[in-house]
Amino acid sequence: MYTIGADIGSVAVKVVLSKDGEWIDGLIAPTGWSPKSSGAEAIAAILDKNGLSRAQISRVVATGYGRNSVDCDERITEITCHAKGARRLFEGSGIRFVLDIGGQDSKAISLDEKYNVSDFLMNDKCAAGTGRFLQNMAVMLGCELKDFSLLPSDIEPHAISSMCTVFAESEVVGLLAQGVDKRALMLGILDSVASRAEGMLRRVGFSAQSGASGVAFTGGASRSRNLVALIERRLGVPLRACEKSQYAGALGAAETA
Amino acid sequence: MTDIESIFETMRNALSAGPVRIKEAVDEGRKIVGCYCAYTPYEVIRATGAIPVTLCSTSDKPIAAGEEHLPRNLCPLIKSSYGFALTDTCPYFHFCSIVIGETTCDGKKKMYELLNRLRPTHVMQLPQTYATESIALWKAEIERLARRLETELGVTITESDLKREISKRNTERRVMGDFYALSTLNPAPLSGLELNLVNEFFKVSFGDEKALELVRELTKALRENYEEGERRVAPRKRIIVTGCPTGKSLEKVFNAIEENGGTIVAFENCGGIKPNYELVDETRPPYDALAEKYLGIPCSCMSPNNKRLDLLEKLVADYHADGVVDIILQACHTYNVETFLVRERLKIPYIAVETDYYQSDVEQLSTRMGAFIEMMN
Repeated sequence: MYTIGADIGSVAVKVVLSKDGEWIDGLIAPTGWSPKSSGAEAIAAILDKNGLSRAQISRVVATGYGRNSVDCDERITEITCHAKGARRLFEGSGIRFVLDIGGQDSKAISLDEKYNVSDFLMNDKCAAGTGRFLQNMAVMLGCELKDFSLLPSDIEPHAISSMCTVFAESEVVGLLAQGVDKRALMLGILDSVASRAEGMLRRVGFSAQSGASGVAFTGGASRSRNLVALIERRLGVPLRACEKSQYAGALGAAETA
Repeated sequence: MTDIESIFETMRNALSAGPVRIKEAVDEGRKIVGCYCAYTPYEVIRATGAIPVTLCSTSDKPIAAGEEHLPRNLCPLIKSSYGFALTDTCPYFHFCSIVIGETTCDGKKKMYELLNRLRPTHVMQLPQTYATESIALWKAEIERLARRLETELGVTITESDLKREISKRNTERRVMGDFYALSTLNPAPLSGLELNLVNEFFKVSFGDEKALELVRELTKALRENYEEGERRVAPRKRIIVTGCPTGKSLEKVFNAIEENGGTIVAFENCGGIKPNYELVDETRPPYDALAEKYLGIPCSCMSPNNKRLDLLEKLVADYHADGVVDIILQACHTYNVETFLVRERLKIPYIAVETDYYQSDVEQLSTRMGAFIEMMN
């Protein structure tokens, strides 16, 4: 039995095809301006790639901010899907917390012993602490998003105190003018994201004790190994991220299908 | 079975007819007293023969105008109230001869200083704890209000006037209490949006006997139809809404709850159970009884405010609630800080949402409420 989970995020559409609960294929495409068409195109693309037709798929479940704009069998919020996806990705690890940092929002989720959501917190009214924040900073520093993952680990981050994207930009401009090392600033920018993430996790009950088995890290920002290291340094527990972390929401949706 | 929809329709029409009724009352020589808050003792105003009305404060429209005089990072309710007055777009404000305010929070008490330049504004100094000394202070404030109204409106308030109005207002509270109790039934006999409609209707009933009779009739009809097997609302997760005052612009939160698998069974807010669940003691001297009752309203401006936690705990049990949604208006520090204690006290899923009057976060609210309700499955 084939199912599809489609996570239509603000930056990227993630689609997972699974058969009897097992991962078959995954696909990531930019969302662009139309979540409706990019969602439909991504679903069509994964079907095409695997030589399947829509009729062969028993259920399509959509999640993410664009979930209401695509044609599907069910819609589930990304909170529930990320929890289910993290469970699938890190089953047996005993994780009790999920941190998701996507393009437009970030969220901290606490799970009970059966991996059900017991509490969550979302930051979605402000770019601070999200992928969008990093994207803006990358543009300003004349680099690319992937450069935020290639920084040396032996440089101390230069603290950025502004939480607001707009003010952080002017702060960074000032610091560059003062001759602060660009790499230290980039690490500082990442550390400000890490600091927001830490705050959210603590508010849903994270402590070194309750989170001792680690924190699942999902969403696009989980691809930055520098960010992973900075968050781990703050939390004092390992972050669990893998190459499929960005698919967590879609995987969770496919799981519930 | 009684046609419930037609009663709701009558109520909906009454909402838009409110301003006309007030204009007619003014034409007949009645005085209008503008109020904002649940701490205003309606009984004292009514004892003068005037009509206390709730002034407009729940639309985002006049906020921009309000911000011409007020800082932006202020609670939307304060900016909206002031903006309405400034732009003369609230018909109730237009017709009122005096406004009654209370020092419930820093933002409001300073805003009233500005409002006083637009319309005489009498500010009651509200003590912020429920203790013997505070009740004495509050009693003095209620008496000071009575003297001010006597002067402004040229009337004398007698003890029998007060007693009559206390008894009448208590009846109103009982009628609303009976209506609220319907939603303890499981599944609920009406939706939260309908519950909210009746709260709004009650606000514009202006002490009218016929309006009160309509609420009685609705309660009776809903109960009878329910007993005969009518189920107007599918069984869903039962939610109690608490926190800041609600109103038109915050219906987005109610919609987000009810469109995502929840039914609101109780509003603990100022326009709901909070000011109505306790009566004024009719056996005590009127001013003492009023002071005791009104100071006992568990608004977050009280410190400590354990009474709200007790009330919520009781409502959760009585209404068989599955979850509690705490609505925090941006920059409302007291309710915002109190979320920590509410979360700690309640043993069921709880979420606090911070929002304002703009509709820009409708999608985010939907995701939050959706996830909150999915969490209970």
